[in-house]
This record gives sequence, structure tokens and C-alpha cells, in this order.
Amino acid sequence: MDFLIFQVPMLTLQAVLDGLLLGILFALIAYGMALQWGVMNIINIAQGDLVILGGYIAYFMYLYGIHPAWGVIVSPIIMYFVGVIIYKLVINKVVDRDLFISILATFGISILFMQLMNFAFGADVVLANSGYGTTMLFDNSVTLPNSKIFSAFISIVFAIGLVIYMKKSKLGRAIRATAQNARAAKILGVDTEKVYAATFGINAALCGVAGALISITFTIHPYMGLPYTIRSFMIVIVAGLGNLPGVAMSGMGLGVFEEFADYILGTEFRIGSVFLLLVLILVYRRFKLSKKREYLK
Amino acid sequence: MKIKNIIITFVSAIAILFSTSVVSIAKVVGDKIILGAAISLTGKYSSNGVHTQNGYNMAVDRINEMGGVKVGGKTYKFDIIYYDDESNPKRAAQLAERLISQDGVEFMLGPYSSGLTKAIAPVTEKYGVPMVEANGASRSLFTKGYKYLFAVLAPANLYLDVAIRTAVELNGGKGVRIAQAFEQDAFSQDVRLGILDAAKETGSKIIIDDKLPKELNDMAATLAKVKATKPDVLVVSGHTKGALTAIRQIAEMKVDVPMLAMTHCDAAKLSKQHGKNSQYALCASQWHKTLTYKDDFFKDGMTYAADFEKLFGYDPPYQSAESSAALLVFKDAFERANTFDQKKVRDALAATNMQTFYGNIKFAEGGQNVDKPMVLFQVMCDDAGKCENKVVAPLKWASAELIHPIPKWSER
Repeated sequence: MDFLIFQVPMLTLQAVLDGLLLGILFALIAYGMALQWGVMNIINIAQGDLVILGGYIAYFMYLYGIHPAWGVIVSPIIMYFVGVIIYKLVINKVVDRDLFISILATFGISILFMQLMNFAFGADVVLANSGYGTTMLFDNSVTLPNSKIFSAFISIVFAIGLVIYMKKSKLGRAIRATAQNARAAKILGVDTEKVYAATFGINAALCGVAGALISITFTIHPYMGLPYTIRSFMIVIVAGLGNLPGVAMSGMGLGVFEEFADYILGTEFRIGSVFLLLVLILVYRRFKLSKKREYLK
Repeated sequence: MKIKNIIITFVSAIAILFSTSVVSIAKVVGDKIILGAAISLTGKYSSNGVHTQNGYNMAVDRINEMGGVKVGGKTYKFDIIYYDDESNPKRAAQLAERLISQDGVEFMLGPYSSGLTKAIAPVTEKYGVPMVEANGASRSLFTKGYKYLFAVLAPANLYLDVAIRTAVELNGGKGVRIAQAFEQDAFSQDVRLGILDAAKETGSKIIIDDKLPKELNDMAATLAKVKATKPDVLVVSGHTKGALTAIRQIAEMKVDVPMLAMTHCDAAKLSKQHGKNSQYALCASQWHKTLTYKDDFFKDGMTYAADFEKLFGYDPPYQSAESSAALLVFKDAFERANTFDQKKVRDALAATNMQTFYGNIKFAEGGQNVDKPMVLFQVMCDDAGKCENKVVAPLKWASAELIHPIPKWSER
């Protein structure tokens, strides 16, 4: 029974594909986190809750007879404004402060969101059906749900769109400038306050897209946000800050790693193995840092 | 600053006054028997918490309307003090403590879920407060030697036992190959132990034994293994999330398995959320409205369901039915004990042997109900895509014949 994955070659392919599709979706959430972490130096614990809220938007569209895939468009628009409002109410007060304070503040937002969603939508686990069917490869031995393929495709579209936007647009340049040196950007006439609000809004919008995709591929529930926060945190840590292609790679890598851990170590070690990997990477980073001599100039 | 202090003193004085006046509410005031319950009205169990509360309330109203409880020649009415435990075991234990030592409650009704019942049981045990609970099925509740805990429901390890035995029977008495995936929580792991026992007794083999982490909502790896190993039975238990995820991904990955057995199908509203994809799933249930048990208060399951729907606007899940049954048990025990002495009521509870619309109730030494088998229903859909849960086992109550093996996805 052990190492079934090596006895059945098709399982290996299945695991790799499942992992990649899952990883791309996670990378999208991590993308938003990396962006606002890099620009505002804020670790957003409420990231996962924004994802779930985005999921509920798609779910409600589904309930009212609109195909949930439209959520991919509607959800980020609504979530952008939710993000800006959160920024204006809370984040702008902690943005220049210690990292610890921002963690506490976003942790508070996370709890608030969970309870509000529970209050508004109920504690039932829900999902939206896309009715997309399945793609079968190799005589039905490898199956890929079309909803997962759709999710991965949409994630890639949004990720590429974001990269282009950051490179070409005025706001994108302003965001990058602020990320490099907020003070210098301010002196040169960039309205950093506006940049911060937009960054937080863009992050929330990305969460909205991911949430809509999760509602059609997995399930949503008011208290299910935290795993998404942790996963994206991990992806960003592994990739390193400000390394957007790295986020995509580490997202997919983690997805595949998780699938293989599931087959080889067992499902119960799936999440645990990801944490172990995180620890190993951090230790390795620390080791590499300690090799580098630093001195005050 | 001074004014603030004065306000604080004033408020706390009122609070103290209020709390002392609460103490004077004891178990029986005038013609009222006051029961206490910590219920999850907010937090992750809030929907099932509300089902539980609705069940309790409906039974209280019904018993009071039909003459109340007769003890020592006097008629009493039930009343319940509720507190919201926020789906949090620590909070539940605190509230139990508060109900007993501050509010003076001498009889308790259980909370929702095994975890919260586990948190409360040591408290009620310490004070010798009899508790009839309807929503904690974990086997570990009944092996601790609690004397004051009584559960109207069958323990968790029996949930899917029937499914394995049915599969073996259909296999001509020969053992079957089982694939199972269980969430890592007290309840689901108890269900798993029950399967292990059943497998051992029937000579069945467990070929996949996955433990699902609580935060996981992707079972693709488990299902890919199932596809590769082709077991006879697939068993999944992971609360509503597990049931919904399993059905979604089994349909998406076109996993063909002759029998699929699960828990929490009705709580997950499987047939509503998944429609035809949930067809043929076998679900363990404590109760189903078509069962033919009877009592004087609710008549039978169908009448109960109709009355419940009139009151609350939805079909009662088994969580509500078993909660209602808990009050019938209390009434019966009070009348037989003919006193409010906690110890005598406890003994009367232990000697319970009755039938309710929900099932027969008779407690074993550990407090679990041993006289009510679990039922299995199967989700069956018509051509128009309308799905219904039909009881298929045990045969005595079956309203439809089990469809076995499940047709392949390519033939559906």
C-alpha cells in the first residue's frame, strides 16, 4: 500500500497536475500578500477572510441564478472597495508602525470578518456549482475537473495582467516607487496615501478573484480563511519579498510538494510537511545569512 | 475621571444586585422546572446549535401544552435557561459552571457536538447534576464512567457499522475491501474505530486509511488512490465539509465505487447543494421522519416533521428530533422518580426504558442509548433531478430498496 504512487505511474502524473492547479490558485492569493507586504510592510492576517468573503459574493450570485464564474469579475470589483474601506478605517493608522502592530490589527480584522460572515451568511458549508464537467486523459486514468483548470487559467490571466499593470500604468509605477522608498517617492510627488489605499484594494480584489474560484472548486465557510492566510504567507516566505515570479514558482512547487507528501507520508502529514519545509527553508536562509559578513558602513 | 469611576461603581453595583437576584432562581420555582443549557448560537456550530435549540423549544412547548410534568401530585411546566457557548468548549464549561452554581440549575440539557459535551460533562458530574444530552455521540463520552450523563443517541462508533455489514452481506458474506477517509476530530475518529471493529468481525480489509486534516477541503489525492485501488466500499466522515467535498470531487473525478457511505449528509443538505451528483450516497442518520416509532406527544416521525416545519419553516434534521426526545426522557424520569431529588432523578433516568417518536431509549451503564439502531438512507433522484433521502437499512424500516452497486459514471 505504501508508495502506491510509484506503482501506478498515472498517479504520479495526476499528483503533479493536481498540485500545479492547486498551487497556481494559492499563488494568486500569495501574490496579493506579497504586493502589500512589499509596499506597505504589512502582514495581512485577514488575507484568507478576504478570500472567503470574495467566495461568498460568487456564491450569492450563484444562488440568484447567475453563473458563479461571473464572480471572477464582480467579486474583485466589490472587494477592491472593501479593501479601500478597510485601509481607510484601520490600516492607514498602522501602516508606518511596527510590524507587530499591523499583525495585531489585521488579526482583529480577521476575527471581525469571521464573526460578521458567520452572522450574515450562517455557519453552513456552501459551494457554487459551475457545471463545467471533467477532462479525462489517458483512458480515464487521469481526471482533471474543468473547474480547476478554469481556476488556474483565470489566476494566470490576473497574475499576468497585474504584472503588466504594475509595469506600464502610472499607478503601477507609483506603487513600485513607494515600495522601493516611500519617503523618496513622497518627496518626488507621489501621493503615498493613495498608493497604499490602492495597493490594499488591489490585494483585496485579488483575494476576491481567488475566493470566487474557490467557491466553484472547493467549499467555503466563514471560518475557513486561516489556512489560506497561512498558505500564502508560506509561499511569500519561500519566494522572498518582492519576487513576483518567485511567488508563482513557489506556489506551484508547494502545491506539487503537498500532493506528493499526501501520497508518500499520508494525508495527515500533508499540511505538517509544508510546515516542515518552511522551517527547513528558514533555517537554510538563516544559515546562508550567517555566512555573509555584515558590518556597519 | 471621577464621573467615570462613579459610573463604573454604579454599573457594577447593579450587576451584583442582578446576579444575586438570579441566584434565587432555583431548579423548581413555583410550577416551573428550570433546565439549563449551553447552546452554540454563534460560532462554527451555530446552525446545528439552532437546530438543537429548536428541538428543545418545540418539546418544551408541546409537553407544557399537554399537561406538563406531574410530580408529587402537582403539575409543573418546563422552562429552559439558554446561554450561548460560542461553539467554544472552554466557554461551554464556564457556562455550565455558571448555570449550576449561580443560576442554581439542577438539571441540564446537553450542548451541540461531542467536543462541547466533553467539556461540560466533568462539570455536571462534579456537581451531581443529571444531564440528558442529544448531540454528543463520541464513544469517549461513555467510557469515562460518568454517572450523570445520559445520551439519547447511538454512539459514534455505530454510525457506519451498518454500511459495512450490509456491504459484506451483499458480497455473499465474504469480507470486502474498504477505503476510508476520516477527519481528525473526536467524532470522526470514533466513526473510524467503529469501521475498524466491523471490518475485523467481518474479515474485511482496509486498503486506504486516510486521515483528513481539519483545514483540508481538497480530497483529490485520496480519491485518486481510490480510483487506482478500486475498493468495494468508500467511507467518508468529516462533518458537512467532508460530505460536500467528497461528493463534489467524486463527481468531478468520476470515481466509480460500488458503495459510498458517509455521515452528515442531511446537515450538509447534500441533495440540495449537489443535486444528482449526490445520488446513491449512503448516509448514516440517527433518525429519519419515515421511521414508525410512536409516542403520545409527537405521535410519529411524519407528524413531528410536519409540526416542526409549521413552527420553524424547514424539515427537521435529526439533530432537532433527538433534542426533542431529550425532554421526553426528562419528563418520563421526573414522573417516575416523583421527586426533584437529583440522585433519585438520576436513578430514574438510568432505569429509562421507553419509546419516543425518535426511537427506543434505554441507557447502558456508560449512559449511551443502546436500544436505537442507526439508520442508513440513500439519496435517490428522479429523472427531473429531484432528490430525496430514502431509508434503506435496517430492512425493518426500509422505504426503498438499496441500489447496489452504484452505476458507473459512464453509464449515468
